Amino acid sequence: MTASTNDVEVVHRIGGSVDEVGAEARAAMLASRSLKAEAKLWGLDLAVRCCDLTTLEGADSPASVRQLASKAMRPAPLDHSIPHVAALCIYPRLVPAAVEALKGSAVAVASVATAFPSGQSALELRVAEIERAHAEGASEIDSVISRGALLAGDDTGVYEEVVAAKKACGDAHLKVILETGELGSYDRVRRASLIAMAAGADFIKTSTGKIAPAATLPVALVMAEAIRDFADFSGRRVGLKVAGGIRSAKDALRYLVLVHETLGTEWLTPERFRIGASSLLNDLLMQMDKQRSKTYSDSDRYTVA
Amino acid sequence: MDTRLEVNKTYKLYVGGRFSRSESGRSYAVSGPTGGFLANAARASRKDLRDAVVAARKVAGSWAGLSAYNRGQVLYRVAEMMEARRDELIDEVSAAEGGEGASQQVEEAVDCWVYYAGWTDKISQVTGALNPVAGPYFNLTAPEPIGIIGIVAPETGSLLGLVERLAPALCGGNAVVLACSQAHPHPAIALAECLHTSDVPAGVVNLLTGFKDELVPVLASHGDVDALDVSGVAPDTAADVEAAAASNVKRIVRPGPRLGPYEVTAFMEMKTVWHPKGA
Repeated sequence: MTASTNDVEVVHRIGGSVDEVGAEARAAMLASRSLKAEAKLWGLDLAVRCCDLTTLEGADSPASVRQLASKAMRPAPLDHSIPHVAALCIYPRLVPAAVEALKGSAVAVASVATAFPSGQSALELRVAEIERAHAEGASEIDSVISRGALLAGDDTGVYEEVVAAKKACGDAHLKVILETGELGSYDRVRRASLIAMAAGADFIKTSTGKIAPAATLPVALVMAEAIRDFADFSGRRVGLKVAGGIRSAKDALRYLVLVHETLGTEWLTPERFRIGASSLLNDLLMQMDKQRSKTYSDSDRYTVA
Repeated sequence: MDTRLEVNKTYKLYVGGRFSRSESGRSYAVSGPTGGFLANAARASRKDLRDAVVAARKVAGSWAGLSAYNRGQVLYRVAEMMEARRDELIDEVSAAEGGEGASQQVEEAVDCWVYYAGWTDKISQVTGALNPVAGPYFNLTAPEPIGIIGIVAPETGSLLGLVERLAPALCGGNAVVLACSQAHPHPAIALAECLHTSDVPAGVVNLLTGFKDELVPVLASHGDVDALDVSGVAPDTAADVEAAAASNVKRIVRPGPRLGPYEVTAFMEMKTVWHPKGA
């Protein structure tokens, strides 16, 4: 019997379970690596390029999105050596404003969709939300899975909704949010990762950022290992996005180390690795200045938003 | 056998309301007044200093926003805690600098807190002003906290010398990152225990023990430190320290008379407001 890679059966063929203590110990070991001098500066630069600058607040408006878009295109207005971020991540209603503000730049527009953050609405509404966001110009879609269905053991249901989401995306990139904080175990995180990848996800993403715990190193490690196993099985390389609670440059560098050690240098690019964050960007800029000038800076020197 | 084991204290840093070892894991040996080994002290790194400034910045706004009267109560509470631990403080100072004058040093340090506790809600009346201007405006000048003060504590007067710089900075509503006396750091950590059990919010006072030639240049050049008290800077490095401090136009504070309201305003900025008079 040969299973195609686009089949929920793949999840069971790859299988595997997670050694919880081992995963946490390995994540802690990787977190203790320290990067120095040029390697650190390179890592900080990469973290900026991999950043999905995110605003997901009820108070977001076209004006606040325009402000953040200018930050995304030029994080440090006075320093041209600082690259632009990968994408601007926003609510679907603000896609037109973001597309307009980012016109002509290489920054992608990423829209959350599928009744973010809970995913608790009818499938056709969730699919329609993706289609609308894509039609309005979003080139990346951050969708959520039905955690309730996964916890109830309905793997096929989750698989099929991701398939439907991928179809609705068209040529846009689909990032599938697992919301690992609600899954309860690393085994379920692995299973959800494999289901999402088998169903066609371009990226798998840890969290919405609305639930604690959000991204943690062990969870990212488990997901990265699932990505590696899926790539070995199918040859398709799926990206990893960590999001939620990543505020310091130190945290960002730890995720880069973890990705490098688990997936290799092929994943150290914005095409395969993203960090979803809002306040992280200024800390990255601050640490880059620190590396260059050897003196500590203060937050007043960086633009808000 | 009824011999008790000695319970020796591990002297640590006081950063963000926690007693922690240096992130570097380093310590250094401190000598007593006769030159023999006294105890080890934590040797703070530049990263500890960075963490201390972050902790201070986090709490600076809420500390400055307390009512002046409330800040006075907190400073008085420090005096209460020190009075309660008087014997311990005298022991610490004696062990570091010798017994002569130790109890006087502790008493004056306690009184120093009481003195500045009284000034918190009077400094604005005494140094502020309603200025006469040629126009239909109320023109008001009042002192405000500068923000984060870096203090390089004097080498001698391990307790009193430090308190005479720390208390006025707190009286003015600032948060403080302080490099303790390198030769006699232990009384400062005993003081930290008094601060910790008083109502000073965590992060308002951060005490670092270690080598001044490591800590002071980082403190002086740090962009998020707003003023630098140079009481304990060695004369031969003073010019370099002040040049580094100029990078973000830090105010340089030099110690004046031992006590007085102008020791407080040295750590404050004068803000002047023009307010239109009613038509």
